[in-house]
Amino acid sequence: MFAHLSYDVAHLIGATVLMAGFGLLYQRRLQAVLNTFAFQALALAAAAGWQAHVQNAPHLWATAGIALVFKALLVPFALHWLVERLGIHRTVETALSIGWTMIVGVALVALSIMLVLPVTAGAAALTRESLALAMSVVLLGLLMMITRHNAVTQVVGFMALENGLILAAVSAKGMPLVVEISIAFSVLVAMILFGIFFFRIRERFDSLDVQYLETFRGDRQ
Amino acid sequence: MISYVAALSHTANPLLWILGSPLAGAALLALLPRWRAAAIVNVVVSGVTLAAALTLFQHRPAPTRLLFIDDFNIYLVALTAFVGFTTSVFSAAYIARETAARRLRPVHLRFYHSMYQAFLFTMLLALSANNTGVMWVAVEAATLTTVLMVSLYRTREAIEAAWKYFILCSVGIGLALFGTILVYLAAEPVMGDGADAMAWTLLIGRAAAFQPDLLNLAFVFVLVGYGTKVGLAPLHAWLPDAHAEGPTPISAVLSGLLLNVALYALLRFKMLIAANGHTLAPGPLMVMMGLSSLFLAGFMLYRRGDIKRLFAYSSIEHMGVITFTFGMGGAVANFAGLMHMTMHSLTKSAIFFAVGIISQNAGTKRIADIRGLTVSHPFLGWTFLLAVLAIAGLPPMGVFMSEFLVVSSTFARQPLLALPLALGLLLAFGALVSRVQGMAFGTPLAAAGHGRPSPMANAMAYAPLSAHMVLVVVAGLYLPPVLVSWFQTVAKLLG
Repeated sequence: MFAHLSYDVAHLIGATVLMAGFGLLYQRRLQAVLNTFAFQALALAAAAGWQAHVQNAPHLWATAGIALVFKALLVPFALHWLVERLGIHRTVETALSIGWTMIVGVALVALSIMLVLPVTAGAAALTRESLALAMSVVLLGLLMMITRHNAVTQVVGFMALENGLILAAVSAKGMPLVVEISIAFSVLVAMILFGIFFFRIRERFDSLDVQYLETFRGDRQ
Repeated sequence: MISYVAALSHTANPLLWILGSPLAGAALLALLPRWRAAAIVNVVVSGVTLAAALTLFQHRPAPTRLLFIDDFNIYLVALTAFVGFTTSVFSAAYIARETAARRLRPVHLRFYHSMYQAFLFTMLLALSANNTGVMWVAVEAATLTTVLMVSLYRTREAIEAAWKYFILCSVGIGLALFGTILVYLAAEPVMGDGADAMAWTLLIGRAAAFQPDLLNLAFVFVLVGYGTKVGLAPLHAWLPDAHAEGPTPISAVLSGLLLNVALYALLRFKMLIAANGHTLAPGPLMVMMGLSSLFLAGFMLYRRGDIKRLFAYSSIEHMGVITFTFGMGGAVANFAGLMHMTMHSLTKSAIFFAVGIISQNAGTKRIADIRGLTVSHPFLGWTFLLAVLAIAGLPPMGVFMSEFLVVSSTFARQPLLALPLALGLLLAFGALVSRVQGMAFGTPLAAAGHGRPSPMANAMAYAPLSAHMVLVVVAGLYLPPVLVSWFQTVAKLLG
């Protein structure tokens, strides 16, 4: 009875993280993207907390705490501030229309389910489903990084990808070093935000649009 | 100094010294405000690390859950410590000249020296970690420290290069973590929960019982993830920019060390796959990525106008050759791959030392503005020419030996694959020779170099270059039996 409940709740929270991943692809305004990301991080914190409870692994509470404080509160707040401070465009610039992005996203989820479920036949059901969900979140984050021009949305895409990784790590039964890994990622993200602010990428490149980076090859003869 | 550290190592694990000194050095250098003193401390700390690394050959510590030294990583640790040390010497001379020309400010240098030691620490940790997760964290931290050093000049180009490097490698590292988690999941049913299922020394013995499908999926993620850091096409986009825009000593350690470390991570996972025996063969994937890197770099070499970019593409080419070689597998090919890794590391960092001096003398990185080096600076010009010919694969230097072994062993087993390999090598050879001709010969242009180096700085700039080139030439003519037997032992391990 309890095994069923723990499985269902983990599944539900994992699916919420995935839905937030789709939500990120759907937003047209930068503020909304940041709020959706905060929601995804909140769901991730819940997932980590639930796993800490189910697996009886106290160190996962630390991971949940990092997700809650750093990702769901500090990072969105800092990004809102950055967007304000650097006067970044409020609309999301897309390389692929939102409709097509959603279709590709659905295909990616189908792909990861078809890929993960057969190969994990031996693993616990809890791990199997969560892994399929986590891989979908990773691929959606990657899709977001590819199809959005703006550097802030790319960073959000990277953090969504990272949320998927942490989801996979907390679902892997008894995996050590999860806390260290989430700290390492937090340092990485903090550095990225610091980089945007410190180098005033907007001033330097006139825009955070990564397309501007492509004009430079520094290598014309 | 070696005997002193050796005496200490009887009481302590030498790995603590190898990892502890760069870590302590990083902290110390962050506090040191004067850059001249910092450059000296940097050299001393790197020297201590090298001495500690050399004691590993006398006394190999027993593996722990966190760290281990085996036949495979012992030479890579030594090589990393060695190139780290020579580069720190070169860096002192390079930095003195850049500061004199007011291209770098002291406040940046404090940061640079601290990051240099932090970078050495992360690479040595990645090499000696006995845990897939710790290795991952170390490679991730290596990315962070190098990004900070690549952006050191604060120019638009440098920041752009750092940003591109950061984003691409972060994604690569992320995918590598997913692969690492999948390997844990494959190991967990057999090894039980916890750190045992992540320890290389324990995993390899029981890999045969892991679920092969899960390992297959894991290897794809690991190959794409760590492959990004190796600079394999089509994931190489960060590499030329990061090499070209950072300070030259960093280009030398990026090419000479970081790419090797990423490849080492990949090869460790390949060893697991090979030990399992029921998975898909990882070889064809690696062969394909290797060949595409070789060809892409071979063609790109012809159109380069920037001297550092030229050699960055040459690094992609060589990493492609090495990945191809390990993909072929077998005793001879693995032998050649290990040798190529060592020789490329020594030769390429020597080339970047020379390029650093050349671009400081000429005041530019444009190949078109560099001419007649053998006339204007005979020693530098001829050494540079020798180094470029060595990397292009001309006998009798070390790279020729390993390339010859690769091509001949491929001909013996898969003649159809040998053809594109030989073609790619010739392509790159032609490009490098045609490029270096213009730079080495002809009438020198009036140079607007920055900074006039003191004789001491000059000696410090030339010494590492000469040391590397002597090793490369000697290795081509005579490979010590101890090295040969090591290569053979590890070649067997790699399967």
